[in-house]
Amino acid sequence: MQHWLTTILIVLPVAGALVVAVAPFPGYWLGSLAALVSLVEVGVWITAASKFSFGDPALQFSQNHAWFSDLHVSYHVGQYAFSLWLVGMTVVVMAACTIYGWWAGRDRARAYFALMLLTTGAIVGVFTAQDLLLFYAFFEAMLIPLYVLIGVWGGAGRMRATLTFVIYTVVGSLLMLAAIIVYGLQQGTFDLTRMGPSDSTWLFLGFVFAFAIKSPLFPFHGWLPGAYRESPPEVSAVLSGVVSKAGLYGLLRIAIAKFPNVVDDWRVVLLVLASISLVYGSLLAFRAPDFRGVVMYSSLAQSGLIVLGLLANNDLGFEGAVLQMVNHGLISAALFLIAGMIERRTSTGEFALLGGMARGRPALSTVLMTIGIITLAVPLSTSFAGEFLILAGVFTQGWAWAAIGAGAMVLAAMYALRLVSAVLHRDTGPAVPDSALDLRLGELAVVVPLLLCLVGLSAWPNLISGHAFGGNHAQSSINRGLSP
Amino acid sequence: MILAVINKPHVDWFALAPSLALLTAAGVLLMVAVFVPRKPRAAVAASLAFAGFAASLVWAVLLDVKSPHATTLVHDAIFRDRWAALAQVLIAGSGAVTVLISARERWREEHVAEYYALLTAAGAGMAFFVQASNLMTLFLGLEWFSIALYVLSAIDIDLIGSLEAGLKYLIIGAVGSATLLFGSALVYGETGQLSFDRIAAAGHGHDAMLVVGLAMIIAGLAFKSSAAPFHMWTPDAYQGAPTPVTAFMSSATKIAALVVTYRVLATAFPHDQSLWRYAIAVIACISLAWGNIGALVQRNVKRIFAYSSVSHAGFMLIAVAAANQLGGRALQYYLIPYAAMSLGAFAIVAVRERELGVPVTLENLAGFGWERPFFGVAMWVFVLGFLGFPLTGGFIGKFYVFAAAYDHGMWWLIVAGVIATMISAYYYLGVVRAMYFRDAAELQLAPAGGSPPRELVLGIGVAICLVVTVGSFFAVQPLIDVARSAARVLPL
Repeated sequence: MQHWLTTILIVLPVAGALVVAVAPFPGYWLGSLAALVSLVEVGVWITAASKFSFGDPALQFSQNHAWFSDLHVSYHVGQYAFSLWLVGMTVVVMAACTIYGWWAGRDRARAYFALMLLTTGAIVGVFTAQDLLLFYAFFEAMLIPLYVLIGVWGGAGRMRATLTFVIYTVVGSLLMLAAIIVYGLQQGTFDLTRMGPSDSTWLFLGFVFAFAIKSPLFPFHGWLPGAYRESPPEVSAVLSGVVSKAGLYGLLRIAIAKFPNVVDDWRVVLLVLASISLVYGSLLAFRAPDFRGVVMYSSLAQSGLIVLGLLANNDLGFEGAVLQMVNHGLISAALFLIAGMIERRTSTGEFALLGGMARGRPALSTVLMTIGIITLAVPLSTSFAGEFLILAGVFTQGWAWAAIGAGAMVLAAMYALRLVSAVLHRDTGPAVPDSALDLRLGELAVVVPLLLCLVGLSAWPNLISGHAFGGNHAQSSINRGLSP
Repeated sequence: MILAVINKPHVDWFALAPSLALLTAAGVLLMVAVFVPRKPRAAVAASLAFAGFAASLVWAVLLDVKSPHATTLVHDAIFRDRWAALAQVLIAGSGAVTVLISARERWREEHVAEYYALLTAAGAGMAFFVQASNLMTLFLGLEWFSIALYVLSAIDIDLIGSLEAGLKYLIIGAVGSATLLFGSALVYGETGQLSFDRIAAAGHGHDAMLVVGLAMIIAGLAFKSSAAPFHMWTPDAYQGAPTPVTAFMSSATKIAALVVTYRVLATAFPHDQSLWRYAIAVIACISLAWGNIGALVQRNVKRIFAYSSVSHAGFMLIAVAAANQLGGRALQYYLIPYAAMSLGAFAIVAVRERELGVPVTLENLAGFGWERPFFGVAMWVFVLGFLGFPLTGGFIGKFYVFAAAYDHGMWWLIVAGVIATMISAYYYLGVVRAMYFRDAAELQLAPAGGSPPRELVLGIGVAICLVVTVGSFFAVQPLIDVARSAARVLPL
């Protein structure tokens, strides 16, 4: 049973998607079916987490079948502790987003919910695949439903947004495909747990390019404004909360773990790019004129910060990066969903037209304020724990990186507070009707669980940072390529 | 008296059965055209043609199972081996699906049985062509199916452009055939041999006349596989021909031409491998570039898929250029999902065409995905397969082709293929965009003349293509095993 858990996590939403696609129900019932499947998925993950032995750094719940043997490609899935946490974040965020889509009553429900579930399955696959070709298959499969979700249910500029999004990601992932083929044939196997390290700079760059686009990292973030602004809010939440983590995960699992010597050569370059992402993203977030603008550029900044942690090359950095991936997944998903809720009431996210929404709307203001405070990483919050670990880790690579990171934390406080006050405080904005309601029960049911996860992690961040690599051997096990 | 003098070769009828089954069907269909009354004629003819292709498929499968060792038959005129048998399976399968696509096409009634007769005759020619083991049977097979296809392209004289398509195809195809014939004559002149094995054994190496002959044979076959720069007929013929014929040309013709290209080069010209490998690689790169860039600016969906078929010829020629066992395997595997995707995509174009009664463009595809969910999703799967996305065999096919190229040190072909795929994302996803993303205001919801036809038979054909396209992603191992035993025949 245990070794089936990973496969169940991948197959359950995909099977759910197929059922939703053909079930002869009206739209509302399809939505509830999809919501149910996404909740069951969370339940399966909780079962998996309870059976996971966190002291063991080895791959768990693994399953391995030959797919085609002449090129040594296999269906090999399994989870390390850090993949388990990322999968957990994924299923929670996807459940919240699916339920929000159901509550918001998206039209063309059959296609919409089938695609949301398909996305869930593909992302879980990315985090658990242990065969390089399988990883690529999931990585590409993720793009297809997202392309349609943005293109059909997106805003007025969706045509352009999808085109940019697809061009960026396809260019990146096809270069990765070339790298995968060469790397796999050189090694004689595509099984990640058995592939040895490589010293090829070209292969490394092929992987890094794809992951830097997905994360995104400066200067590969050109697709970001279109996709995040034009998507329906819950799809933006998926993009920034979960899909971007696929890029960061790939950086950790493949680029850093399999190319230890090449990473050393390129460490400074990548640190510089990460720092630019962090500072530039924070500045853009501070200057952004609308709610989604702040969240999306803060996502760019957070990717930069997480990459800083990944490149610190010590336990602190890796653990902080994993914690921060989960934090940011939950935070940005919650913020994009709130952006959607506000847009429903005011039909805009422009700060110039918003303001004063706290008056008479206690639930909205409490939720947004709490998440805002966690975003700006006040001490005792989980994002403070994550950022502190990352900065302490990257300090060993040179104090300047840590100084840049610390400076960016100040910027984070500035943009987070600006966001909160522009929406909640000041005079009532022209686009805010007095009749605009407080958060409804359905909306609270979506956001509050995310918030509770964040509060829980704030109380005990060590749950993730101390249990991400099986017994605090992050650096050594990654430098061994995460192979047994 | 005379018969006693001529030394008759022994004929292995079983080895010819896939071809003969189709030829029989063609003969019977010509009778149908005359003797069956007009009303049931279309249904009877379609069923008979389907039965012919099904019988041919069964014979080809049996031939594949029962021919573990390659032999040549009938005085070295044809091969009996798995390389040919697998190709025959694919050709017969493509033909059977084409019949399903054709069933409800609005043919001029007086021509319907002749249409199926020509279709089965073309299939018989291809089944014969892939078995060719000397230059005579090679040319005979080529002309056999080509002439049938020329007529098929022009059969619907009411269709604007059909006659033009047939004529263009005829003229350019004739140039291709003549090139092949001239090349064959040069090779024969140099070596004094007709059969592939003996040409190789004559071993004249890099002799100028042989090399020119080889080049002309490559060019002649490239006309048929519509590889650039020998593809000029493709967009016009694909656009003008009746859509079921286009579907058949894009799948079966390509299978036959590429399989034979690999066979001729590997069997007859092993000593010139260093030459033809690079020639084929260059043709592959030109096809990739031309096909994809050409497709970018098209609005007519049949033209888009025509250019896409040029680019896929490029992908498959990468496997030929690899010139190794892995390449042979890659080509045979690639052809399986490719044929399914190609047939399926044109089938869906046919659906829209019958709905609207006008050529299908990206504009009038708007809303199609929502109106006909099954066909929409199917089209989505087919274009993603063309693009080489996972969950379709197209992905594994591209992977194998690239792996074969890398295996023989031609990593730059991977780069070319990857860049071509990037470009192709624009127009393949453009089809998805056209079907799903338009605003409701832009949709042309009501087709002329009431609700659209139900297309049950065609739907079955599309479902078969869908199962093959997706199934070949999951069942890679069995298909690769079959392809491997087919490729073992090639002396590489």
